[in-house]
Amino acid sequence: MQVLRHPLRRGWRAFLGAQVTRPLVVLAGVTATLILALAASAMSGAVDIPWKILPAIVWGPSDDVPSMLRRVLLDIRLPRVLFSAVVGAALAVTGVAMQALFRNPLAEPGLVGITSGGALGAVTAIVLTAGSFVLIAIAAFIGSLLATFLAYLLGRRHPGMAGLLLAGIAVNAIAGSGIGLLTYAADDRQLRDLTFWSLGSLAGSTWQLVAFLGPWTLALLTWLCLQWKALNALLLGEREAAHLGYALKPLRRQLMVVIALVVGPLVAVTGGIGFVGLVVPHLVRMALGAHHRYCLLVSAVGGALLLVLADWLARVAVIPAELPIGLVTSLIGGPFFLWLLLRVRSTAA
Amino acid sequence: MLRGGVRVLDKVSIDLHPGEMLGILGANGAGKSTLLSTLAGELSIDPALHTRCPVMVNGQDLVKMRVAELARVRAVLPQKPGLAFDLGVDEVVSMGLYPFPELSRQQCSTLLDKAIAQADIALLWGRRYPELSGGEQQRVQFARTLAQLLAAVQVNGQACYLLLDEPSSSLDPAHQHGLLRAARQAADKAGAGVLIVLHDVNLAALYCDRLALMAGGGILECDKPSAALRPELLLQVYGAPAHVQAHPVHAGVPLVVFL
Repeated sequence: MQVLRHPLRRGWRAFLGAQVTRPLVVLAGVTATLILALAASAMSGAVDIPWKILPAIVWGPSDDVPSMLRRVLLDIRLPRVLFSAVVGAALAVTGVAMQALFRNPLAEPGLVGITSGGALGAVTAIVLTAGSFVLIAIAAFIGSLLATFLAYLLGRRHPGMAGLLLAGIAVNAIAGSGIGLLTYAADDRQLRDLTFWSLGSLAGSTWQLVAFLGPWTLALLTWLCLQWKALNALLLGEREAAHLGYALKPLRRQLMVVIALVVGPLVAVTGGIGFVGLVVPHLVRMALGAHHRYCLLVSAVGGALLLVLADWLARVAVIPAELPIGLVTSLIGGPFFLWLLLRVRSTAA
Repeated sequence: MLRGGVRVLDKVSIDLHPGEMLGILGANGAGKSTLLSTLAGELSIDPALHTRCPVMVNGQDLVKMRVAELARVRAVLPQKPGLAFDLGVDEVVSMGLYPFPELSRQQCSTLLDKAIAQADIALLWGRRYPELSGGEQQRVQFARTLAQLLAAVQVNGQACYLLLDEPSSSLDPAHQHGLLRAARQAADKAGAGVLIVLHDVNLAALYCDRLALMAGGGILECDKPSAALRPELLLQVYGAPAHVQAHPVHAGVPLVVFL
């Protein structure tokens, strides 16, 4: 019996070979869109860069191009656009991994409090220490790890959505009040930083950041993508995963640590960017099903696409000012989440 | 050979031989599922108890075996497997082959074809798991465990085991017989040791080589169906009076009628 998931029309398959399945087509489509979005986002913003001078910027001597445009593109836009793609991919893939780990399609780093756990860690480091990036990142990692652990514990004790959301409420409340307390200890400059940071921002993206967090994040995401079999087995159930040879405790520990290692440092830089890890995996599952072999990869590219677009929107919506990107993603993600909850209810009834 | 003895289960000692089908019978809460979970290596066993009455798989200590190793010698079908995510039937069944990454694509598809045929799910192939009925989902999960067992037999050559916990609870009569025939085939043709927890006494009598009757966490009797199914024992196990007679169709098989 030929195991072909969603076979395409005969003509396509004859042309491209029998291995071309719907996931591959979707992946290719989303990737192409991502490349277009990256280019478009890099070229426009408070200062638009005309397409026709692009070759001159990239190859030519800088004489006939205003050096300002060159700097805007290469030093400001490009790192920011690339970084937003990395962050988007990271949020979406960790969302998929958490949903499998918790066996709950609503698990998401923001909702269950991992992001705010990381935020509390980061704010603690910003206010109480000199605020070097490494220190902030480590504190954020520890905060996210604790929050993940707590969410997992509560999620197991109260199965279904309730435990996770309760954990999220608790952690978000604790982190919120912790951050509130710390703001009393903060001076004026720290306060301003904190406010902008907590709404989420990619404005601080530099090449250094991309060079440091890019490979780090991509390496961890690659590891997560390679765990697709284990994540599939987890969907069947924890006992069933063990029956299929996946030792549950080590697997769970590895997944939680890796998720916190990805989310923590990113939160330390960008602040809270919610709902990407919820919206993207859901759309991907609706299109392709939950099989993680495709779901992880397509979510990575899709998450990158969503955040690049959101960042673009954040930059061009209120020129010359700029919206916090967390605001944009919540604006899209909040209603989506509501719709999801309504849908879950109607199918259960 | 599997051998057990845990205190939740009181002084249970049981052997499962390759090529044999062993039925576990008992009232609700008699410890059937606990026994199966213990043999599957799911429950952590008290080390002190374990040294006194160890659980052994093919001469190896179960506790010392790694989960991945264990997955290569036995397949388990737990009660009521739940799966809320949208996976295809083909994807669920293929998971049975995850413990055997060394199998080639060709070998995999041959094994899957066998599992599909034996579990009778060819008509479900290509459907999505969440949209199936409860009984159909049960058959798909059975196919997955069957695929794991068949792969284990092919890779190891040595004795492999199939543990089934009430696999026929939501199946119609035709599919109940189909499933037990497939389990029987796994014992006869693949040489696997099959342990099956059942509620239907007559189904168990028809297909199993031996029956273990459990009550209060212990095994009261473990013998051939014709010897094990006695009215006084059934009364003790189920608390219900029973009449045992010869099966009208199958010679040598007892037929139990609860009164």
